[in-house]
Formats: sequence, structure tokens, C-alpha cells
Amino acid sequence: MIEFKNVTKRFGDLAVLEKVNLTIQEGEITTIIGLSGAGKSVLLKHIIGLLAPDEGAILFYGKPLKQMKKSERNSLLQRVSYMFQNNALFDSMTILENVALPLQQTTNLPKKETQRRSMAMIEQMELADVAHKYPTELSGGMQKRAALARALVTEPQIVLFDEPTTGQDPIRKNAILGMIARYKKKFGFTAVLISHEIPDVFFISNRVIVLHEKKVVFQGTPEELEVFDHPLIDEMVSSLEGLKEELTGLYSRRHFKARYKTAFSKRPDKQTYAVAVFSLNDPEVINERLGHGKAQEILRSMSVYIDKHFGAVGGFSTRYKISEIVTALPYSDLKEAERILKDFARDFQERGIGHIVPAARNGATKSAEFTISAGLAQGAPSATPDSIIKSAVSNKKEIARFQCESRR
Amino acid sequence: MAQKTISEQYAEQGAQAPRPSAVTRPFAWTGKKVVRWVSELGASAIFLGKALSMIIRPKQFGAIVRQTYHIGARSTSIIALVALFTGMVLGLQSYNSLVQYGAQGTLGALVALSLIRELGPVLTAVMITARAGSAMAAEIGMQRISEQIDALQTMRVDPIRFLVSPKIAASIISFPILTAFFDLIGIIGAYVPSVILLDMDAGAYIYRVQSSVDLNDVTEGFIKSLVFAVIVSAVSCYQGYFTHMRTDGHGAKAVGLSTTSAVVISCALILISDYVVTSLLM
Repeated sequence: MIEFKNVTKRFGDLAVLEKVNLTIQEGEITTIIGLSGAGKSVLLKHIIGLLAPDEGAILFYGKPLKQMKKSERNSLLQRVSYMFQNNALFDSMTILENVALPLQQTTNLPKKETQRRSMAMIEQMELADVAHKYPTELSGGMQKRAALARALVTEPQIVLFDEPTTGQDPIRKNAILGMIARYKKKFGFTAVLISHEIPDVFFISNRVIVLHEKKVVFQGTPEELEVFDHPLIDEMVSSLEGLKEELTGLYSRRHFKARYKTAFSKRPDKQTYAVAVFSLNDPEVINERLGHGKAQEILRSMSVYIDKHFGAVGGFSTRYKISEIVTALPYSDLKEAERILKDFARDFQERGIGHIVPAARNGATKSAEFTISAGLAQGAPSATPDSIIKSAVSNKKEIARFQCESRR
Repeated sequence: MAQKTISEQYAEQGAQAPRPSAVTRPFAWTGKKVVRWVSELGASAIFLGKALSMIIRPKQFGAIVRQTYHIGARSTSIIALVALFTGMVLGLQSYNSLVQYGAQGTLGALVALSLIRELGPVLTAVMITARAGSAMAAEIGMQRISEQIDALQTMRVDPIRFLVSPKIAASIISFPILTAFFDLIGIIGAYVPSVILLDMDAGAYIYRVQSSVDLNDVTEGFIKSLVFAVIVSAVSCYQGYFTHMRTDGHGAKAVGLSTTSAVVISCALILISDYVVTSLLM
């Protein structure tokens, strides 16, 4: 959909991008990662037309942007939306006016319809209470969500996000990333993201582009990046990633795999171990019915309880997918793992959710139901981690069911 | 691609550009300043042309009304205050001078013509520059450095149409009205010391005011106010809009410098254009 061919950009004598070649596929979430000052924002501004390359070309659907007629170019760029790193909200306008501005200025919708669509978007971002306040009266996180609302209100085809989760706590970060993934699914836009939130951002990304020293050094899926053997990229990703994942407090996938290798590679062949996979089912429904960010809070609580029960017997865990946690139990067999699983399910059912969402009262007209499932598999040192995890996933069954008061 | 400077051309050949001598240095300095000044003039003219061409566009009416309130309506109290005291001091000083020649009867004519032809348009423009011109430059400058103007561009909203054109239109509407208001209050202000304090004949004062002012005088003042409106709004918006390109400061400092430049340049151009318009209309 979008191609950069040998794009070079200089500011005075300083080259920021040098012969950059990359492709962004339609309908995908592409994340651009790199160290600070690598040229990520500059790259993004080329797509929206705020900057023009000094050399090279940017192509949309195979046609160079420079060769398009002004009307064609404007029509194309009309379908692109941009969310700035510092939000760029108009501080002399209320949140509602900010969100309504793109619709007001670029469409012929009647005022009522503009207001309705803007309020609907504001409600999605849980900003309804502050719709008539000014940006300076809001917290940084709320301003970020207002900027996101403004970027999405026109239902664009391509949305560019310049560090959308900066300044947010882990729950909100994952909620925003989850929101991007959900809206992308709902509206079908192509998303290009700049982010430092590794590995969280990988859960929603279809492709990753790594910028280093003014050039693109990797383009591919997050899984391909994990196994890409390049010491420079390794070091860069490690410096951005951190040992533990922010939301769950569990190991990142890379470190989990490293520890897995260490724990199981030197074991005697006959010594078995267990792997458990936990899933929070339908997180989008949870967010919609119980409130934004609730799925992330429940996932965090799950991680705490998993670590409490399985960590006690030497188990270690990672967030494997967006709502899936994998736990390796190097010192337990399947029987013991089943016993611990039962204890975990009971403990979590009794104490894990109540402080996040209240249980539905008897006869409540509005309630939401969600489930947690888990699967176990017996591992052997000769088996690969992915095959054992796959086996555990296939053994998944429901271990807990919750009925909570719904706000909708 | 921009033309290479002489230094760059020499650098390509591996040589060093000749340094200006003591004789040529003043010319080089002057030349640079003139080239920059002419370049700025051209850029300002293009900026003004673009802004004027976008005044009559859909969705502008509401913005023009709001700006007219901010620039015009909210300036009335300061204009009234300045006009009153300008009139009072003009009346006082003029009476004291005229009475020495027995010509105090002409006070009304002197006051009315001075205010309507010169003091009204010039002082109104200067006061609005101080109040609203500086605000325009600061507001647009802040919007520039906080990427709000970039945000408008990403939304395909022309920032000049959205931010600048309504301000220029509002200035064109407000300046003549405020100038007329200034003239009226000034004439009343001059009445106070001369008639009430110095016992001049009220009838004579009012008669002289009425008989000395004709349509040409009012037209002259009106034309000047329109010229000043365009100058003040264009200069103030231009300075704010290109805050990010200043070389003498960045960020908040650049906004402050742009605001100062807006006021200083506007005031200078008001006085220069006052002379030009006066000589053209005489």
C-alpha cells in the first residue's frame, strides 16, 4: 500500500534517513521501533505529507506521491489521520470541539450529526465527563485519549500513531493498544505505529520495522524478529524491552524463552515437566460491557495469582499472546500441575475479580459473563517449547466463570 | 533544489571562499540584510494574498464573528479611555496655544480635523496592535510550536484559512468602527477642558466641529483605518505563523520574540503608511 524507495532526508548537514526502503501492507498494524533519534517520527511525517524526501520516492498504491495531481494527492491524504506524540490538541477549544473539528471542517455533515459522532467517540474513550473541559484541565493520559478520539472520528483509511502510549500506566497502555487493535478490526484501517512499548506492542502488530542508524535493518513479523540473529538489533530490542513485562510483571517472551532453554536443556531425558496455558476469553467483550481497560486489569490480577500459585513451586510465566499466559513448571509433573491448577481456579474465583468488577446481584438485568480457560501438557526435554504450548492449548477447558455487573 | 551558496560552490571544488575584506565587508553585510528584507517582503505579500483570498469561503462566518468580538468589541473600553484623554489633552494644549493669538474659536475645527484625519486612525491602530496584534502573534506562535498548525495540516484544514483569514477579516471590520468611536470620544474629550474648565463657548465649539469636517476628511480617516487593519493583522499573524523559523530563539522564547516583532513592525508600518496614504490623498 505504502512504499518508501531509497528515501533520504536531511536537516541541514544532518542526515536523518538514508536510502530507506520499506513496505507497509494494507489492513495491517505495522510498528516502527528504534532508539530515540533514529528518525521514526520523521519517517511517519513523510507518509502524511508534512515532510518531503530530499531523495527517493514515496509511493501510494504504486504511484509516486510527487507525480500525483494536487486534487488526487489531497483526496488520498484526506484518508490519512495522524496522532501526534504531544497530542497537539487545540488548547482554546473544549475536548468536544477538538474531536468535532475534523468533521466540521472537512465534511458537510449537519451540526447535530457532527456532535453525535464526536460524543460517541468521546464516550468510547471514557471522556464523556470531561467533554466540555479544556485540554489543560485534563491529565496527560486523558489528553492522549482525546487526541486518539480526534484521530479516529473521521473513520480514516490509514492512521499514523506517534507514540500513542507515552505517559500512560501499564493498564492504560495495554488498553490503548487493545483499542487500536479493536478499532482496526472494526473499521478496517491500516495502522502505522511508533512505539517503545516492547513487548506489549508486538501483541497487536502484524509487522515490525526496525530503524537503526538512519536505515531499516529489519522488516517482518514479531515472531521473525524474535528469532532474527543480529547482535545490534538484539542489543537495541533488549535495551527497549526490559526484563519483565510492565502489565503482568511476568517475564517478557524473549527472557521466558531464554530461561526455558536454560532450565530444560541440561535435564536428564526421563525427567518430565509441565506447561500450562491460561486464556482470558473475549477481552473485547469485557472492555465493552464492563468498562475500558477492565480486561487488562483482570489479566494483571490473573498474572498475580498465577505467579502466587505456580511461582511457589518454581514455575515461571510469560504473557504469550494478548490475553494468554504460559507457565512452565520445571519441577512438577502433570498430576501436581492439575492439583495446583484447581487451587488457583478456586482462589482466583473467590478473590481475584471482586476488587476489579463487582459480582452481579441476583436478578440483575444487566450482567456480563466471561470465562477463563486453561490447558496442561506434559513436556519432555527433547520437545520444542512451541509444540508443548500447542499441545497445552489444544487441552484447554473452562476453569472459571464470572458473572459481573455490566454497565451496558 | 535550492541554489548553492558561494561557500558551498567553493567547498565542492575543495577551495575556500574568499573572505570579505575590510572594504567589502560593509557591502556584504548590507547586501545580506537587503536580500533578507526583500525575501521577507515577498513572503509576507504571498502570505497576505493567500489569507485575503480565503476570507470569502464556506464555514468562515462564525469564525469571523468570533474574531470581530475578540479584536473589535473587546477593544472598545481601552479605545474609549485613550480617546477620552487624547481629546482632553489635545483640547487643553490647543486652547492654551490658540488663546495667545485670539484664535481659540477655531479649537473645534482643530480638534475635529486632527482626530478624524490623523490621531483617530493612528492611535486606534496602535492601541489595537498593542492589545490584539500581540495576542494574535502569541496565539499563532504557540499553536506553531505545539504542533497544532501541523495537526490542522494533517486534517487537511488549511491553517491560513482557519487561523489567519478570520483575523484579517475581523480587523477590516473592526478598525474603521473603532476609529469612528475614537473620533467621537476624542471630540467629546476635548469639549471637557475647553468648554467646562476654560469657559469656552460651547456653541462655538460645536459649530466649528460641524462646519470644518467634510466627507473627504472622514473618507481619508476611513481609508487609513482599512490600510492599518490589513497591516496590523497581516504582520501579527505572519510573525506568529513563522515562529518556528526564527534563528534568534526557539520554543517559548521564539514566541516572545515574534510577539515583540509583531508590535514593533506593525507600529513602524502604521506610521510609514500614514505618511504614504496622506501624501497620496492630498
